[in-house]
Amino acid sequence: MDNRRKKIVIQSVLLLSIASLFAFFAINAQINMSNRGLQFGYDFLGREASFDIQFSLIEYSRSSSYFRAYLVGLINTVLVAFFGIVFATILGVTVGIARLSKNYLINKFASAYIELFRNLPLLLQIFFWYYAALRLLPLPQDSEALFFNFYLTIKAFYTPALIWENLHIFIYFLIISIVLIFFLRRYAKNIQEKEGRQIPVFLISLILLLFIPFLSFLIGGTNVDIELPVLKKLSKTTYIFEGGLAIPPEFIALLAALSLYTATFIAECVRAGIMGVGKGQKEAASSLGLNTQQILKLVVMPQALRIIIPPTTNQYLNLTKNSSLASAIAYPDLALVFTGTALMQTGKAIEIVSMVMFTYLALSIFTSILMNWYNKKMAIKEK
Amino acid sequence: MLKIIRNLVLFFCASFLLLSCGQGGSGKKSETLEKTKKAGFLNCGVSQGLAGFSNADEAGNWTGIDVDVCRAVAAAVLGDSQKVKFFPLSAKERFESLKSKQIDVLSRNTTWTLTRDAELGLTFVGVNFYDGQGFMVTKASGMRSTDDFVSGMSVCTNIGTTTELNLADFMARKKIDYKLVGFEKADEARDTYGAGRCDAYTTDKSGLAAQRTALPSPDDHVVLPETISKEPLGPVVRQGDAIWEDIVRWSLNVMIEAEEYGVTSKNADSLKSSDNPAHKKILGVEDDMGLKLGLDNDWGYRIITQVGNYGEVYKRHLQDSGILPGGRGDNELWTNGGVLYVPPLR
Repeated sequence: MDNRRKKIVIQSVLLLSIASLFAFFAINAQINMSNRGLQFGYDFLGREASFDIQFSLIEYSRSSSYFRAYLVGLINTVLVAFFGIVFATILGVTVGIARLSKNYLINKFASAYIELFRNLPLLLQIFFWYYAALRLLPLPQDSEALFFNFYLTIKAFYTPALIWENLHIFIYFLIISIVLIFFLRRYAKNIQEKEGRQIPVFLISLILLLFIPFLSFLIGGTNVDIELPVLKKLSKTTYIFEGGLAIPPEFIALLAALSLYTATFIAECVRAGIMGVGKGQKEAASSLGLNTQQILKLVVMPQALRIIIPPTTNQYLNLTKNSSLASAIAYPDLALVFTGTALMQTGKAIEIVSMVMFTYLALSIFTSILMNWYNKKMAIKEK
Repeated sequence: MLKIIRNLVLFFCASFLLLSCGQGGSGKKSETLEKTKKAGFLNCGVSQGLAGFSNADEAGNWTGIDVDVCRAVAAAVLGDSQKVKFFPLSAKERFESLKSKQIDVLSRNTTWTLTRDAELGLTFVGVNFYDGQGFMVTKASGMRSTDDFVSGMSVCTNIGTTTELNLADFMARKKIDYKLVGFEKADEARDTYGAGRCDAYTTDKSGLAAQRTALPSPDDHVVLPETISKEPLGPVVRQGDAIWEDIVRWSLNVMIEAEEYGVTSKNADSLKSSDNPAHKKILGVEDDMGLKLGLDNDWGYRIITQVGNYGEVYKRHLQDSGILPGGRGDNELWTNGGVLYVPPLR
C-alpha cells in the first residue's frame, strides 16, 4: 500500500474511533435517562426561574426565564474576568519589570510577592479574602469614609455613582476624539518619515481626548450628576448606604484574589520575555544615545512582546476559567447561577453542564483570537 | 412409537414453559434489595451536618432522625441497624448521588415537591418531619416579625433549595427589594449571617433551631414567629424499583404505627404475646407482613427494638438534645393533635 493510502486509512480509522466513542457516550446517556424516566431537552430555558440573583447588570427578577438567568451569570462572569485581566496585566507588567530592577529592595519585594501569591492555591486565596479579610470590615453605621465618599463596609463597597443624561452623545464625541487621535498618529508618523521632525503626539492626543468629550457637555446636552451614598436606617441596628454604587464584597474578594494570583504568572512571562531579548540589543541601543525608557519602549519591548504574548494569553484564559470558583463565595457568576442553582432546581444536569462548557469554550476562543490578532500586529517583520 | 415420543417431548416443553412463566410471576426482583443484601450494608445519603437530623460527632458516629430512618431500613433488610454507610452530601450533590446509584436511600431533610417527584426520576416515600420555612434575625436588630422587613436588607441562605424559591415568592408578595446572598453549604450561609454581612438567615425552622445552637452566641439571635411555607421532609429513593420503595416506605410507617399502638423498644418483647392484632402484625406474629414486602417477618420487631418507634427517635434527637424542646407541634400523631397519620399495617 503506498504512503498516501496508508495515511488516509490511519486517519479515517482514528476519526471513526473518536466518533464511535462520542456515539457510545451519547447512546449510553440516552438509554440511562429513558430508564430513569428523565427527558432530555432545552425547553426548560423558557420556564420561569423563580429564584433571585443578588447582583445583576441587566433587568432580572424571579419571573424571568432560566435563559435570562444564564445571561445574568454570563455577564457577571465576563465582568469579573474583564476587570481581572485588566488589573492582573497592569500589576503583572509592573512587577515583572520590577523584578529585573537593579535596585535591591524593589527586586526582592517583587520576588517575595511573586513567590507568595504564586504558590498558594487560588481557592485558599479566595477564601482568605472573603472569609478572613473582608469579614473584618465594619458595619455601615460604624464605618468611616476611605476618602471623599467611598465607604468600605462588610455589606458592600459603597461609591458615588454618576447619573448620566444623554450618555450616548458623550460616547459619540468620545469616539470622534479617538478616531481623530488615530489619524493624528498616522499623520505624525508620515511627517517623521518624510521630514524627520516630531510632533508632540501625546500632548495633542491628551488635549483632544479631554476637550472634545467636554464639548458634548456644552453643545451636546449631556449632563452628569454625582449621586452620593447616604446612610439609611432600615431597623434598630440595620443600616445600609443608599444611592451611589454598591459593589458586593463577593465581587471584590474574587477580583482581588484572581488579579493578585494571575499577576504573578504574567510577571514571570514578562520577565522571561525581556530576558529573552539579546543583551547586544540593549548595548547597541544605548550606544545610539537612547535613554533607559526609550530603550525599553522602542527596542526591548517590541521584541519581548513576541515572547510575552502567547503565555500571557494562556494566563488570561486561566483567569476566565478560574472565575468559576465564584461558587465558593456566593458571587452570582455563570457557574454559581447556572451550574449551581438552575441545575439543582431543574435536575437537567447534562443540558446545563453542556451549555456552560460551550460558553466557557466560546469565551476562551474569543479571547485567544483577540490576543492572536494583537500578537500578529505586534510582531516585528523580520527582514 | 415416534408419535408417542413427539407427544411426550411436546408435553415436557409445554409444562416447562408454564413453570418458567410461573417462576417469572412470583419471583419478585428488586435490584436495589439484592445489591444491598450482597454488599452487607446500606448506602445512605445524609446532610453535611445538621444537629438533630444527621450529624456526626468527633468519633464519626452519625445520629439524628434522618439517620435513624436509614438505620431502620438496615435493621429490616440486613438485620442490624449499624450496617449503614453514610455519605454526607451537599444540596447540589444529593439528587445526582441517588440517581447515579452511589446511595440507595436519601434521608437528608429533603422537601417533597411536585417538581422533584416528577422531573428527577426519583420517588418520595414518606414524611418523617413536617416543617416550614422561617427567618432568624439578631435580637439587637429590633425586628420581631416579618412585617418589620424593609427594602434594602440582605438575606443569607442556601442555593438550589426550596428555601430560595420560597424566599423569592415571599419577598415578591411583600414587595420588598432584598439582596440574596446564596451559598452552597449551610455552614457558610450561617457564618456569613453571624458575621453581620446579612440581616437575616432563612431555612426550615428545624434547621434554624439547629443552626442557632452552632452560632457563637445563640442567645443573641431569635427565630421569627412566621412560617412562610410547607416543608414536608422525608426519605427519597430511585424511581423504578417498586419493591425497594415499599420497603423504605413501610420501614418508616411501622415506626409511626408502633407509637400509635404503644409499642416501644422496651416493651416489644413482652408485647409479642399480646392479644391486640395490631401488635401482632407490627411484631410479625401474624399475617406475614414481612414476607409480603420481600423481607422476613421479624423486620418490624428489629426496627423497633434496635432503633425505636417514632416518638422515641424524636425525643432522643430533638427534644432531649435541646434543639426542639417542648411539644412536637405538627409532628404529633393524629390521635394527639398532629398530622402524623400513616396507612394501617394490614
